[in-house]
Amino acid sequence: MRSLRHFLLLLFLVVVLVQACSTDEAPSAPPPRRENIVDGLDSLTGLIAQGDYRLVKGNCLACHSAKLITQNRATREGWLDMIHWMQETQGLPDLGKNEGPIVDYLATYYAPEETGRRPPLDSVEWYILSAAGGQSSAER
Amino acid sequence: MPYLNRRRFLTVAGLPVVFAARLPAGIGLLGLETEDPLPGKHPDLTILNDRPVNAETPPHLLDQRITGADRLFVRNNGIAPASPPADPSAWELRIAGEAVPEPVVFTLAELKQRFEHHTYQLTLECGGNGRKEFSPPASGNQWSTGAVGCPEWTGVRLRDVLEAANFDRKKAVYVGYYGRDTHLSGDPDKVVISRGVPIAKALEDETLIAWNMNGQPLPHLNGYPLRLLASGYPASVSGKWLSEIAVRDRVHDGEKMGGASYRVPCKPVAPGAEVDDEDMCIIEEMPVKSLLTSPKTGAILSDTKTLPIAGHAWCGSGAVSKVDYSIDFGSTWQACALTKPANRYAWQHFSAQIEFPQEGYYEIWARATDDQGRAQPMVLPNWNPRGYLNNACHRIAIKVV
Repeated sequence: MRSLRHFLLLLFLVVVLVQACSTDEAPSAPPPRRENIVDGLDSLTGLIAQGDYRLVKGNCLACHSAKLITQNRATREGWLDMIHWMQETQGLPDLGKNEGPIVDYLATYYAPEETGRRPPLDSVEWYILSAAGGQSSAER
Repeated sequence: MPYLNRRRFLTVAGLPVVFAARLPAGIGLLGLETEDPLPGKHPDLTILNDRPVNAETPPHLLDQRITGADRLFVRNNGIAPASPPADPSAWELRIAGEAVPEPVVFTLAELKQRFEHHTYQLTLECGGNGRKEFSPPASGNQWSTGAVGCPEWTGVRLRDVLEAANFDRKKAVYVGYYGRDTHLSGDPDKVVISRGVPIAKALEDETLIAWNMNGQPLPHLNGYPLRLLASGYPASVSGKWLSEIAVRDRVHDGEKMGGASYRVPCKPVAPGAEVDDEDMCIIEEMPVKSLLTSPKTGAILSDTKTLPIAGHAWCGSGAVSKVDYSIDFGSTWQACALTKPANRYAWQHFSAQIEFPQEGYYEIWARATDDQGRAQPMVLPNWNPRGYLNNACHRIAIKVV
């Protein structure tokens, strides 16, 4: 019972906080689950918040995570192929007049990068490895 | 690609939740996705996708000889059953298909009671492991190196169960599985994935219907309470939340057996080529591969020029006969010590002691060779539309200062 009371109190606090933030003219922190752009990305999905990204949110994310888009890169033909595959095998309906703008968005902001036959090692996080076997993080 | 870390603090709108520690277990904050998307998994797994759930393991977390249940990657095509069965012993497995005279149903309790138990250490690797490096890029989850693991599995032989169902050896060509995961679209009639293996593979000693991983019930995300295991093939043939096995009189034609799914061009093609469906062939044995699991990439050696390295090597058939390492971009190679596999399809462990000649930046490359003389390539192997079978050598970066 005590934990339930804490939970209800917590809910109350959350509601008050959210309302306080959303009525503030210059909120210091964004309210949760409301569309917002942070570092050029849509805060709810991670999609690049340019062009027709709202069409992508509306048409693609009912079935799968935005991460399936943001981790992929393809040409216009490549994205169109994926859409057709989803229509043929996964139950995606015809996108109608939205198909063109959606494919344009994907091909513009998630275009392939030429990495050749073997990309260089990237995102290496350097750390000190001592002979004794200990490890510690280091900026280099 | 940004690295997504699962370690996070309970915050709302950037503020800490004051009574977070008193939040009852399993209760989420209203409207906030604080629920762990990977229950039971190590917090440092990299989430590639959260619907469906797909997560891979950084190489250094795979250093254990037997992969811990919390470190085995997750590759789900659909949505895992919402809740584990209340009574797993009543879980039913149906054996059916053209090459079975009458469908037979076994409960999990009956499988355990009726058939001999076997335990093997079996490597599971996603066919798309390494897809991230392909150029032109291939669509799908962009796995780097971590869609592989080698836990110990306990169950019964598929062969014993098929024999108990009186399957017809003359008619049987393939087996296909069905599981209880659900399609992303929510359509209950849509099959998420239903793949399988040729009958010869199905009848091998190591092809199991398994309920335990490392002596414990399977993790929910990895198929609890029952799954198929046919090691050496892409892990997608090892169906999870297993509910039916069809013994087919033809090559199984279930979901993701056709098109570009888990298939590669029958003849090599140029990168980016268009390939017709009829020119694609089903992937069977996975190629030889290895992974450097110690040290973690990025090590800076400041008080020594000596570095012990270790890792694992595996292949889809036969065994790995040698592993070599290079610190000069493949110009010269030195042999590693290599163990024998615990059993067929278990990965093997390699180790070596490197002496660096001078200060500087190095890459350590590891290259395994199987018992038929096939070695890992240094560059990307044959390009294919969906980016399968990248077994290019693993590389880590080191600085000696």
